[in-house]
Amino acid sequence: MAQFRLPENSKIRPGKTYKAAADAKDVRSFRIYRFDPESGATPSVDTYEVDMGKCGPMVLDALIKIKNEIDPTLTFRRSCREGICGSCAMNIDGVNTLACTRASSEVKGDVKIYPLPHMPVIKDLVPDLTNFYAQYASVKPWLQTRTPAPPDSERLQSKEDQEKIDRPSACILCACCSTSCPSYWWNSDRYLGPAALLAAHRWIIDTRDEATGERLDALEDPFRLYRCHTIMNCAEACPKDLNPAKAIADIKKMIAERQH
Amino acid sequence: MSAYQFIDHTFDVVVVGAGGAGLRATFGLANSGLSTACITKVFPTRSHTVAAQGGISAALGNMGEDDWRWHMFDTVKGSDWLGDQDAIEFMCKEAPAAIIELEHYGLPFSRTEDGRIYQRPFGGMTTHYGKGTAQRTCAAADRTGHAMLHTLYQQALKNEAQFFIEYFAVDLIMENGECRGVVAIDMAEGTIHRFRAHKVILATGGYGRAYFSCTSAHTCTGDGGGMVLRAGLPLQDLEFVQFHPTGIYGAGCLITEGARGEGGILRNSKGEAFMERYAPSAKNLASRDVVSRAMTIEIREGRGVGAHQDHIFLHLEHLGAATLAERLPGISETAKIFAGVDVTKQPIPVLPTVHYNMGGIPANIHGEVVTIRNGVSDTVVPGLMAVGEAACVSVHGANRLGSNSLLDLVVFGREAARHCEETVKPGTRHRPLPADAGDLAVSRIDRFRNAKGSRKTAEIRLDMQRVMQNHAAVFRTGESLQEGVKKLDAVYDTFGDVSVADRGLVWNTDLIETLELDNLLGQALGTMNSAANREESRGAHAREDFKDRDDVKWMKHTLSWVDEKGDVKIDYRPVHLNTLTNDVEVVPPKARVY
Repeated sequence: MAQFRLPENSKIRPGKTYKAAADAKDVRSFRIYRFDPESGATPSVDTYEVDMGKCGPMVLDALIKIKNEIDPTLTFRRSCREGICGSCAMNIDGVNTLACTRASSEVKGDVKIYPLPHMPVIKDLVPDLTNFYAQYASVKPWLQTRTPAPPDSERLQSKEDQEKIDRPSACILCACCSTSCPSYWWNSDRYLGPAALLAAHRWIIDTRDEATGERLDALEDPFRLYRCHTIMNCAEACPKDLNPAKAIADIKKMIAERQH
Repeated sequence: MSAYQFIDHTFDVVVVGAGGAGLRATFGLANSGLSTACITKVFPTRSHTVAAQGGISAALGNMGEDDWRWHMFDTVKGSDWLGDQDAIEFMCKEAPAAIIELEHYGLPFSRTEDGRIYQRPFGGMTTHYGKGTAQRTCAAADRTGHAMLHTLYQQALKNEAQFFIEYFAVDLIMENGECRGVVAIDMAEGTIHRFRAHKVILATGGYGRAYFSCTSAHTCTGDGGGMVLRAGLPLQDLEFVQFHPTGIYGAGCLITEGARGEGGILRNSKGEAFMERYAPSAKNLASRDVVSRAMTIEIREGRGVGAHQDHIFLHLEHLGAATLAERLPGISETAKIFAGVDVTKQPIPVLPTVHYNMGGIPANIHGEVVTIRNGVSDTVVPGLMAVGEAACVSVHGANRLGSNSLLDLVVFGREAARHCEETVKPGTRHRPLPADAGDLAVSRIDRFRNAKGSRKTAEIRLDMQRVMQNHAAVFRTGESLQEGVKKLDAVYDTFGDVSVADRGLVWNTDLIETLELDNLLGQALGTMNSAANREESRGAHAREDFKDRDDVKWMKHTLSWVDEKGDVKIDYRPVHLNTLTNDVEVVPPKARVY
C-alpha cells in the first residue's frame, strides 16, 4: 500500500536556540537543519543568533563563526572558500548555492540553511553524493581517441573550438544543479541529471574526442537523457553561471539529427 | 583501546592525498598494475590544486624562443640558490613532455592562433638567462589548476584507481625506521582503517592554515608533515613561506600572478607603478618574494591605499574588457564577489598573503623521503615517499616561481609512480604488522574525542594563526622571531587543555579539526624556530637584522624535528650544487637582481 506519510526520520522537530550576547548590535538568526545519525533523534532546525558586526560577509563565514564560537558540533563541508572547489554546496534561503559565495546580506529575514535537497543526509549539512559521483563517472568523462596523438606535441585545436569547451569545463561538480531538478529528485536512480549530462556534452563537442557516436549511443535512453523536461532549474541554480539545460537540449538535437 | 576495532587493508602502494601530485601518482600506479589505494579527506576535485589559476610552466616555445635550460636558470635564481640543482634540472627537462601528456589527456588548454597551447609571461620567467621575458606558463584561462585537477581525476577514473574518499589519514605505521602503512578514519562511518603497504606516498599539500590570512583552503593543514614529525622524522626548510603579492585585501582570496603576466600593474596611493624602482628590468613580474617585500615597504612608508593606507591597488582596467573576459574570467568574478570591484573599471585592493610552503618533507627526485642517519644526509626512509607541496625536493629552494608548483605536482607525481613500478613487484607478500601498529593513531583519536579541557580547538587555532601572522611575516627580525617562539610555545601548552564538544564518530569535524590543528602546530613550531635560527636573508626569508644572503654559512637546508613536548631540534643538509647530467652546467651563485 502506498505510504503517504513522511518516514519518521524525515520529520523535523523544533531545535535549540542559541542567543546572541546581550551587547550584540546587528543580530541575525541562522536557522540550520541538524541531523545526528548517532543520536537516534529525528532532525531538527536549530537557531543561531550571530552578531553580524563581528562576522564576515558570506554565509560560509557565518557557519564557520557558529562552529568556532557557538557550537563546534555543527557539521558541513568546506574547503577553498572562493567558489572553485564546490564543497560547500547547500540550500540557502530555498536556493541551492555555494555558502562561500552567497552573501548573508543577499538573504532577507532569517537565513534558512538546509542540505542539498533530496539526497540522503549523513549528518547536518553533509549529504551523501556517492550516486552523483557515480553518474559523473558513468559518462566516461575523459578524452577518447582512435587516432594516435602526435608523439612530441599537443593535438591542435582552434581558439574557436576551444571556446566551446572552455565554459562547460569549468563545472565544479558541486551538485547544485542536479539536486535542484525535480526530475532528478524523482528518478535519480536512472536519470543522469544535469551535471553528468553537462560533462557528457563537454566531451561530445570536444573536437579532439573521437567517441561521439558511442557517447550518444550511451545516452539515447528514455531515462538517462530524456527525463530532462526542460524545467531549467539547473541553469538557475548553477553558481558558475553554466547552462546544463542548453547542453542537454544540444545532446537531444544531435541524437535527433543523426537519425536522419 | 578495545572500543576501537581496526578494519585492515593491504595494498602494494597507498597514496595519501588526491590533489595534483597524489592523483598523478595514483593513476600512474593503477596503470602499472600495482594494487593502489588513494586515501583522501576530501573528494578529489575539492583538493586545493583546484584553486591554482595562472598556469603551469614548461619551455614549449609556443609563443617564442625557449629552452628548458633557461627555465632551469630562472628556477635556480628564483630559489635564491637554495634549490637542489639536480632536481631542478630534472623538473625543467621533464616539463615539456609532462605538459604534452596533460594535453593528450584532454586538458582544455587555452590556444594560440595556430591552435597550440597558449603560454603567458609569469614572474621570474626569462629567456637567454635573464635577458628577455619568457612566455612559458601554459594556461587554461585563469582556471588552470581546476582544469588540471579535473583532468587528472578523469584519468584516475579511466584507470579505475581505487579511492577511499573522505578518509582522514591520522598517523603512519612505523617499524624500526621503516614505514609499513597508515591509519585513517572513514569520516562517513566513523570506522578506523589500517592500510598496510610496501610504499606510502604522502601527497597532503601545504600548511597555509597555520597563518591567519592565507590564500590556502581551509583543508590545507599539512597533515602529511604532521604525521612525519610524529614519526620522529624531520621536515626541511620550513622557514621559507611564500607570500603571494596579490591576495584580495580582507578576504585573502588569490588573484593570479597571470593578471600581471597579462599586463596588470601594481600602484601605490600616489598612483605610482612602484615596482619599477625595485625591479627595473622585470618590474611587476619580478619574483614573488621581491614584489611582496616592495609592497610591504610601500605600505610601511605611508604610500598604501585605502582608509588605513594598508594595502595596494592592482590595476587591470587598461587591459580592456575583451582580454579580461578571455584570459582572466575567473579572477574578474572573484574580484566582483570578494572585493565588490568591476575589474574593467576599478583596481583590485590587494595585500601580500601567505600562499605556499617551499619547505616540507625532505625527498629525493624519485619521491623517496630522506633524513640524516649516522651523519649521512641523504639516507632513504624505507617505505615512505612524499610529493607535491607536502614534499621538499627541493626544486623551489627559498622562493618558488609562479607556475612551477603545478609542474612540480605532475613531474614528481609521475616519477613517484614510475619509481614504485621499478622497485615494487605487484603482489609482493607483506610481513605481518608489528603488534602495536596503529596504537599511536588510536590513542590520539581517543584522547581528542574525549578532550574535556577549557579551550575550544578554534580558539587555540586562532592564537597560533595570530602569532604566525605577526612574527613570521614578510620581514623578520631576530627579536620578533624569538618572541614568536615564546608565544608559540605558550600556545602549544594550551593545546593540552583543548576541549572537543562533538563526541560522535560519524563526520566528527570537531575531532578532525583538532587532529588538523595538531598537525599545524608542529609545523608552526618548526617554521618559527627555523626562521629564528637562520641568520641571513634568502628568498622568502627576509631578516632585517641580517639583510644579506650568506652563502658561506647558510647555503644549506634546515632540518627541524619537533617532539611531542613541542621542543624543536635543528640540523642541516647540504644544497645539491651539482647537475643530474652533463646536458647543462651548474648555475653558480651570484647576486639576485630582477
